[in-house]
Amino acid sequence: MSTKHGLAHRFYTGQVSYEFVGKRRTWYIFSGILLLICLAGVLIRGLSLGIDFRGGTDFQVSMPVTSTTVDDVRQKVSEFEVKNLDAQVFSLGESAVRIQTRALNPEETSSVRAGIGAIAGVEAKDVTYTAIGASWGKQVSEKALLALVVFIILVMALIGIWFRNWKMSLAAVIALAHDLAVTVGVYALVGFTVTPATVIGVLTILGYSLYDTVVVFDRVTENTRGIKDSHETYGGAANRAINQVLIRSLNTTVIGVLPVTALLIGGAILHSGPLADLGLALFIGMVAGAYSSIFIATPLLVQMKEREPEQVAHRKALERRAERHQQREERKVEAKAAGDAEPDAEESRAVGTGARQQRRTHLSREQRKKQRR
Amino acid sequence: MATKSRKSRPGLTLAIFLLAAASLFGIMALGKIWTPKLGLDLKGGMTITLTATNPQVDPDNMELARGIIQNRVDSLGVSEASVTISGDRDIVVSAPNVQRDDLVNLIGSTAQLAFRPVLQIAQVGEQPDSGYDKLPTPKPDPSDVGTQLPIADVLAYAQTPADAQAFQVYQCGDEIATKLDQATVACNREKNTKFLLGPVALVGERVTNAASGVPQGEVSSVVTLTFDSEGTESLRALTTSLVAKSNPTNQFAVVLDGVVESNAVVQSAINDGQAQISGNFTPESAASLANVLKFGSLPLNFEPSQVETVSATLGGEQLRVGLLAGAIGLALVIAYCFVYYRGLGIVVVGSLAVAAVVTYASMVILGEAMGFALNLPAIAGAIVAIGVTADSFVIYFERIRDEIRDGRSLKSALTTGWEKARSTIIVADMVSILSALVLFILAVGGVKGFAFSLGLTTLIDLAVCFFFTKPVVQLLGYTKFFGQGHKLSGLDASHMGVSRDSLLGRRRRSTAHAKGA
Repeated sequence: MSTKHGLAHRFYTGQVSYEFVGKRRTWYIFSGILLLICLAGVLIRGLSLGIDFRGGTDFQVSMPVTSTTVDDVRQKVSEFEVKNLDAQVFSLGESAVRIQTRALNPEETSSVRAGIGAIAGVEAKDVTYTAIGASWGKQVSEKALLALVVFIILVMALIGIWFRNWKMSLAAVIALAHDLAVTVGVYALVGFTVTPATVIGVLTILGYSLYDTVVVFDRVTENTRGIKDSHETYGGAANRAINQVLIRSLNTTVIGVLPVTALLIGGAILHSGPLADLGLALFIGMVAGAYSSIFIATPLLVQMKEREPEQVAHRKALERRAERHQQREERKVEAKAAGDAEPDAEESRAVGTGARQQRRTHLSREQRKKQRR
Repeated sequence: MATKSRKSRPGLTLAIFLLAAASLFGIMALGKIWTPKLGLDLKGGMTITLTATNPQVDPDNMELARGIIQNRVDSLGVSEASVTISGDRDIVVSAPNVQRDDLVNLIGSTAQLAFRPVLQIAQVGEQPDSGYDKLPTPKPDPSDVGTQLPIADVLAYAQTPADAQAFQVYQCGDEIATKLDQATVACNREKNTKFLLGPVALVGERVTNAASGVPQGEVSSVVTLTFDSEGTESLRALTTSLVAKSNPTNQFAVVLDGVVESNAVVQSAINDGQAQISGNFTPESAASLANVLKFGSLPLNFEPSQVETVSATLGGEQLRVGLLAGAIGLALVIAYCFVYYRGLGIVVVGSLAVAAVVTYASMVILGEAMGFALNLPAIAGAIVAIGVTADSFVIYFERIRDEIRDGRSLKSALTTGWEKARSTIIVADMVSILSALVLFILAVGGVKGFAFSLGLTTLIDLAVCFFFTKPVVQLLGYTKFFGQGHKLSGLDASHMGVSRDSLLGRRRRSTAHAKGA
């Protein structure tokens, strides 16, 4: 029967269990390497900032794209009345062209727009454009940074008050920093252009990553309630919590990632529209968020928590109890060795069931008898 | 509500919630609006973000500027345009179905009008166009504009060698700082004449009315200005003094945003406070100048930091792709839930459907009530929220299963599972709402739409979870299919590794023995 049990069941009951907390060193090292790669990505490759951060004008027009289109368009654009356009021409899939120029004034914009319309064979009003002043990007990033700081302060307060545990706030925010760093790093490595949509995505990760962490911490709080009277260490209870919510965490991530993937694909159809930028940032952030709440946030919390004198005392008590238990077992074995008159099979069965029952409850034999009736 | 009372009444809760949801549609029917307001990125149009460049920005001045810009836009005949303040120094002008490249200049120009006595005039040849003009940035340097001198000091002002030097090197199109109390150089609109001008004698704030028209016997349009009493007095003093001087110092120039719109020889003193600006005006340009002067100059300097035009075709395309992505996302989530939760998938589908319908209705109503327009980031926010919403169900269902694994019967697991899941759902959603709130308050541009729809859908998720999903699951617990843990219900005993008796809350000794043996 037990073979038919789902994986979820085995994780829940502890039949299958992974030492997330015990093996934290391994995972810290893994996370560290990951962060180093991301840092190297940002330092070496750098982030390619979109036109929104540099200032300029971005024209888009639908036209059939062939292998020579981009060069043709670049040639024709250089012959425009408006000079020194610094034009960059890109194809967007097979049906549209994007032309980015320096910042233009309205008259120049009109003229260039009409020119591009003529190349594509459409009316000027069907040429879409976005003009961005040089200070816009700075403004967007400053606001985003402010939002980030305010959010982190508020969310630390929220977690601290809700769980009455400031160490949880700290662990959650460290995990969050990890997620943000990974997202930015992947952006640098992939070479995707950073647009305001990316900024939205990164800011949303804040909410999502913490959402995941909060669910794990909720379970940790529940499992460690009354920990002083139990046989478990804080780390053990926290590890049990992770294993219990692991399936949920996976489910959540899959369910969260599915619509985001749709967003990414939808954006790809539109050719690197805001949807794709947002989708990519969210995709990385969600996966990183699920990872960090299990492998970073909780182990960190355990580390901080186990340094508390209360927990140290609790662990000492458990150790002493385990020692006593072992001594008792040894004595029992000695006693058994001394009197070997009883039949072997019967005794081993009795000891076996006895031990198992004892592990489950800490009631006396009399109480258990009563309960069985 | 029902969750607080000892005896929960799922049927009643459900009925009240559905009634509330239905009433949203009642409101929609009353207002006869069935579709949400669409943002300009989805229906085509022009969005202009103007950013104040002054170091200090007073909120009152922003409000004043907003009102002036709104007046200018309205008078241009741009229908349905909205002008809103965003953040502490941005004004966003949204004009649907408009593709006018000159709109940026018309609404964003400062319109700082000044009358200055002419000191020197020179013709200049055609300037080679450097091609490096910036986006139109009205000068003067906003940090220090000086103070206006009394009219007597203006008239007494004599040209200094520094002024002559500046006039010599000046080329039309150069950017220079101008001050109210100092001489300055400027060109006319055609850039073929440059002027050395004295300090400001009269400013645009003194204008009480402005009108455009073609005077009798003439062909080109002029703008007629009427001044208030102080302006009338200054104009009289200026013209009285100038009429006695020799050419070209008997002229005064009308300077608008650093460009000499018109210069005129004073024939006689003007006593009635009426002045005409004539130049190479077309009827349209005269009307727009009169318009700008009438509604006043902007109290702040604005720079267009973002101009976005979306053609109606592209807007429709974006809307289509956004909705398609949403539909695909929804379908994937539903499919996954059916595979993993089997029968409980029905609850997920039902809850998501209810959430979607309520979200739609809220967006329609809020679009009307507070001008919320559905834009692409808002659609993205809603798509992301599908995950958050579905996750609430995941937390709930996993809790029920956990409780069953702990040996509870299905009936009691439905209750205790909810009690334990409830606090998790609340705190997790609170984090989500908090991030939406911070983003909404602090962020600029499209981020606002995203934050709004994320926050809205998370709130709706909470409501649906409490007043729909939970009662529905409870009611389904009474049915044979779910209550007895049918194989396809997602609640069957063997799947969760417990005996059927434990699931149904039966304790029979015989089975207990059988298991033990």
